[in-house]
Amino acid sequence: MVESSIKRNIIGTRGEFMSFALLAIVLLVVFPLAFGIFRLNLTAKYLSLAFAALGLVLCWGYGGILSLGQALYWGLGGYCMAAFLKLEAAAVIARDASSGTARALTTVGLPDFMDWNQITTLPYLWYPFKSFTLTLILMLFVPGLVAWIVGMAIFKRRVSGVYFAIITQALAWCMEILFVTRQGLTGGINGITDFRTILGVRVDSTAMQYFFYFLTAILVLACILLCRILTGSKFGQLMIAIRDMEDRVRFSGYDVANFKTFVFVIAAMMSAVGGALFTLNVGFMSPKLVTVEPSIYMVIFCALGGRLSPVGAIYGTLLVCFARTYFQEKFPSLWMYIMGAVFIVVTMWCPRGLAGVMDTFLPKLWIQVKNHIKLPAFLIRAVDWIGGDAEGRC
Amino acid sequence: MPNIPIFAAVGGYELHELKDIFIMQGFAGLTLFSVFLLMALGLVIIFGQMKVINMAHGEFLTAGAYTTVFLSKMTQTYLPKLMPIYFPIAMLAAFGVAFLIGWIVEYLLIRHLYSRPLDTLLATWGISMLMRETFRLLFGAREAGAVMPNWLMGSLSPSEGLDIPINGIFLLSTAVFMTLFIFFLLQRSHWGLCVRATLVDRTMANAVGINTARTDRMTFAIGCGLAGIAGAAFTTYSSVSPSAGSLYIIDSFIVVVFGGAGNILGTVLSAFGIAQAQSILEFFTSGVIAKVMVLLTVIVILMIRPQGLIATKIRR
Amino acid sequence: MNFSKKNTFAALAALALCAAVPAGADEWKADWKNPELAKYPTAKVDTTGLAVTDNYVTVGQLHSVTGTMSISEIGSVEAERLAIQQINDAGGVLGRQIRIIQEDGASDWPTFNEKAKKLLIKDKVAAVFGCWTSASRKAVLPVFEKENGLLYYPTFYEGLEASKNVFYEGQEATQQIIWGLDWAYKQGCRTFYLLGSDYIWPRTSNKIARIHITRYLKGAKVVGEDYYPLGNTNFNSLINKIKLKNPDCIYSIVVGGSNVAWFKQLKAAGITGESLAHKKNTSGIGGKLMLTISTTEDEILGIGGKNCAGFYTCAKYFQSLDNPNNKKFVAAFKAKYGKDAVIGDVSQAAYEGPWLWAKSVEKAGSFDVDKVVEAAPGVVFENAPEGYVRIHKNHHLWSRAKIGKMLEDGQFKVVAESKDLIEPNPFPKGYIK
Repeated sequence: MVESSIKRNIIGTRGEFMSFALLAIVLLVVFPLAFGIFRLNLTAKYLSLAFAALGLVLCWGYGGILSLGQALYWGLGGYCMAAFLKLEAAAVIARDASSGTARALTTVGLPDFMDWNQITTLPYLWYPFKSFTLTLILMLFVPGLVAWIVGMAIFKRRVSGVYFAIITQALAWCMEILFVTRQGLTGGINGITDFRTILGVRVDSTAMQYFFYFLTAILVLACILLCRILTGSKFGQLMIAIRDMEDRVRFSGYDVANFKTFVFVIAAMMSAVGGALFTLNVGFMSPKLVTVEPSIYMVIFCALGGRLSPVGAIYGTLLVCFARTYFQEKFPSLWMYIMGAVFIVVTMWCPRGLAGVMDTFLPKLWIQVKNHIKLPAFLIRAVDWIGGDAEGRC
Repeated sequence: MPNIPIFAAVGGYELHELKDIFIMQGFAGLTLFSVFLLMALGLVIIFGQMKVINMAHGEFLTAGAYTTVFLSKMTQTYLPKLMPIYFPIAMLAAFGVAFLIGWIVEYLLIRHLYSRPLDTLLATWGISMLMRETFRLLFGAREAGAVMPNWLMGSLSPSEGLDIPINGIFLLSTAVFMTLFIFFLLQRSHWGLCVRATLVDRTMANAVGINTARTDRMTFAIGCGLAGIAGAAFTTYSSVSPSAGSLYIIDSFIVVVFGGAGNILGTVLSAFGIAQAQSILEFFTSGVIAKVMVLLTVIVILMIRPQGLIATKIRR
Repeated sequence: MNFSKKNTFAALAALALCAAVPAGADEWKADWKNPELAKYPTAKVDTTGLAVTDNYVTVGQLHSVTGTMSISEIGSVEAERLAIQQINDAGGVLGRQIRIIQEDGASDWPTFNEKAKKLLIKDKVAAVFGCWTSASRKAVLPVFEKENGLLYYPTFYEGLEASKNVFYEGQEATQQIIWGLDWAYKQGCRTFYLLGSDYIWPRTSNKIARIHITRYLKGAKVVGEDYYPLGNTNFNSLINKIKLKNPDCIYSIVVGGSNVAWFKQLKAAGITGESLAHKKNTSGIGGKLMLTISTTEDEILGIGGKNCAGFYTCAKYFQSLDNPNNKKFVAAFKAKYGKDAVIGDVSQAAYEGPWLWAKSVEKAGSFDVDKVVEAAPGVVFENAPEGYVRIHKNHHLWSRAKIGKMLEDGQFKVVAESKDLIEPNPFPKGYIK
């Protein structure tokens, strides 16, 4: 009984499992074989953004909580990892004290941007990031804590979605200003750049880039499974109920604020993991990535992919990011128009995004194909089997 | 957190200097207040009436500003004699242009999204992207400035050491006038009556014969028109670029939400409070710290009292 | 499926406008045959697999064409293209025409990083002319150092950097600040108010300024220091503070769009070049003034000359410089980009980039980055519009600093020039603790 319900939660309907398997194959097999290291690195960068979109699927699609400041938590995770990598880089430079880079510093062993700001001792805030384990813990804990405070303060007061969205946006903006102005602490507007090694291994070697890509891909797939567990369980049902009819859930005896805060914290933690992976893949972190505009992009990734579909969120992210790179190269002015049009079209006519389009469109297309084109019987049976029952999706 | 030097300078000033500081800072705060108020006024009307979050509001401000710049260039090139009086005409034109664009946007887009407030957020953000790019294509990416008529430049000096900028006075009077105007419009005009009726009970208003769809459209367009006037006022002390409006949008929303999102008095009080707090803090600390402190304080207050300063109804 | 008329219209309008924007005539000749191929065979001049053929060499341009920084960076793009066109017209470099791949950084540092990787790893360009803000440079620096690329960086900046893979065409902090402050001191200023936008360049510059004023200028002191966020448009509080402190010299490093609000509000408050000059300095010599290092012709275009007249800028180039090189340069620029074009200090510095690269390559006889870097120090560009410049060992330029007074028509009148070339010193001892 338990095994089958776990199986049902994780695997879901056959159709959902198949789409997940397809994504896994694309990420783990197709991309590494088809792309050179440059494009693969780009894909890893986009996948790190997809974590935030996944978080939004949970808290927006299922919970009805629109957060316009997800980049804040994403960025906090990224900065934690960046702090760790920067301290390690400073230690590497210090070890080679005769090099030009070291001689240019006044206090060797400190990150270079602190040196330029005339700081001579490491600020207290940076001490925990000397240890890798502490960094991993803080990377999840700090964004989680901020999300918890924000969630508790607002949801307990029963503040509705629209006000919450504006407040999250203001918070993201606030954080960006703080990060930019505390130059000695965060590198200011330049961000934190120039990493050397992680735990002794060079960060920018091709082998490590492949490793980071696979790490990102595997963690993304794991997060999708986590999403499925949460949404397939009773908790998922509850979140949908809260999204649609909050008062009735409250009358039924549940403490709605706790659940909303919980899902918001999970979303924040997921985003933070993405941020940390971004730092590893790209090699820097900047306050521009913490602010309002990236947050809006994360929302559009989620909206385009289908706000109820974790797999869709990944595809949405990849689609938008690749399109952006392509259009920025070929038609830079056209890109903004396309983005604006995407926003409008998706919110007005396709609220369930690409996943919704696939759900309604594909079965109809398949029926048409079946009826009008002669196909071998085994092929028809195979596709029917793969598609499973279309009603399985939520 | 690294040390934040607060009130580091208070001790260094004499008493009469402090008096002058407070008067001048008070006036600087009033200028900021005027800008916030003009922006928030449009938002409050739209949000209070239709529960629509218009993320493109900043772009309507930019539209009004560009109209003013355009007219200023036209007047300078073709009718230089009319320079002294072109500005009020430009303000009306700014209102008109923003009104028109708002009308079209509402008709094509917004009216389909009333039942989904979160989605209007995203859809209007899409519109703001389109508008920003159109500005860039039409006017170029460079900063553009409007030429000010001479009576708007310079400052008044009632006493030695006390300088009050004239455009500050102009901004303030514009903001006050528009607020009073809108207030009376809501209380006395036919449109205002329809708006208030729709606010109370939309179904009954429809049943009684009020065209609520048209009322909504008018409301949205007027709100956007107000942003256009804010844009015209904006050109008196700053330049316009395609992304000029987006700098003010978050501040305006905070002002609206803090004031209670739905009533004008709350907005006025909130704009005044935030502007003065920021202005006075700016004097004693740096500009950045002041902004962050004010923002965080407002957010904390909102968390404690989410209805804002003056609550119109219990918020869900 | 009814697609809204608005969307279709918007898309069509966008496409139409894109088509209407004229695709610039290419700056390189098609079907070019290299006349010096025998002297510079590809196998000899390119041993590291760069984008070099018998007849062409490809370089990259990485600036923001969209976004907030595009206002400033468009001038650099135009200047670099003009330089490359002139080099191509004169026969190219090592007999090869220079082709350009242009990428848009979109005022977004992560995008700069991504495009830099593309230019170096995928396109294998021989050199990149790009970046404007320090943040964009910092974001791409690790890429250039890892892939051993070449970056020509045009903007005046805070120093504290001297990478093997970057050539800095703009002044670094000591070249711009120290001499400018000395000039202000000579005009009689003894009290200074330092202010700027809040990020590394103004802060570092003001740190150097403060040390110079307090340690090396006798009887001078700093009476105030203030920073405002980038993009801030409300300076009334600051202006009140300045009025109260009444400094002899307002030292302003306000950057970008904020400039417009800053100058307009100064004018509204009654502070103009003329009003300042009427007040006597605390030393009794001369009148008060405002000196900036961040306001060039590009910014004044947006501010309006009437709002700035009478203030001073310290830079190494002004469009109104009276020398034959500059006259030719301005004429060529206007011929290509329109008679209303303005050229700021950074645009001119960007113009020097392709020339310096071409000369370094000719001196090295090869496109290989290591050989170019080795040959570069000592390369001279006598026909630079600003006058004579020379590449230093630390990859910066020896140049002369100048003080320009802002005029009502948006141009500058040069009132002072440093007698000698100032040596670049990005790590100045005695200024950085």
